Amino acid sequence: MIIPPPTSTPASSIALVLVGSLIGSYGMVCLKKASKDLHLGILKIINLQFVLGVTLFMISSVFYVIGIRHGQISVLYPTVSLSYVWALFWAKLVFGEPFTKQKFTGLGLVLLGVVLVQLGN
Amino acid sequence: MSTPIAVTESTNAHAHAHRRAVILVFICAIVGAAAQIFMKMGADYTVAHPGIEGMLTNYLLLGGYALYGIATVLMVLAFKDGELGTLYPIISFSYVLVTMASPFFFHDTINGFKIAGVLTIICGVAVLGRGARK
Repeated sequence: MIIPPPTSTPASSIALVLVGSLIGSYGMVCLKKASKDLHLGILKIINLQFVLGVTLFMISSVFYVIGIRHGQISVLYPTVSLSYVWALFWAKLVFGEPFTKQKFTGLGLVLLGVVLVQLGN
Repeated sequence: MSTPIAVTESTNAHAHAHRRAVILVFICAIVGAAAQIFMKMGADYTVAHPGIEGMLTNYLLLGGYALYGIATVLMVLAFKDGELGTLYPIISFSYVLVTMASPFFFHDTINGFKIAGVLTIICGVAVLGRGARK
């Protein structure tokens, strides 16, 4: 097992993980759309949205793995929590779910946490 | 059977199901953290062994993906019976686990910023989870 020498996390890695989390969060939107047919039976959810969602998840994981090739996992993994932030935007944009004070507070805390982790880089 | 007893039994059953969901999601956080360690090891392996050969013989990466799959199934099972407000922050506990484990497996360093950042993320997720319950 070869462990690479200690490095700080490059901006390109953080960018890849960020793009990966954005793609993955839209995959979640597709799965949410697919799940509305769940009451018809478990096999009925295998539709276009389901396939699209799973495909986006796989693409996002490729971005993620390329992203974590260099840099520290203790910086890159918490960055994935930005997908909570993307999810709130998609929820508003795609499903018309309203922004609430509570969502703003949670979103702000997650963002602050991610910034703090980056400062620890 | 009289109604009050039935109600008590159903409340107990509900509490039991919720407790089981919390335990499940804890296991999910641990398995999810292990998945991250394996994926990072697998990603490091591709740096040392570039090309398609490094990908196909990458059991660490495949193991990471498998653990990630197991964690996802556990999460779905847990969400069936548990409250989002309780379960959400427990899942993000995996950030703490990965941060704590990273110096042992990699050359990561732990510092105050990382600890404060991860704890702040968990607080944020907890707030989001509470919002989702309503």
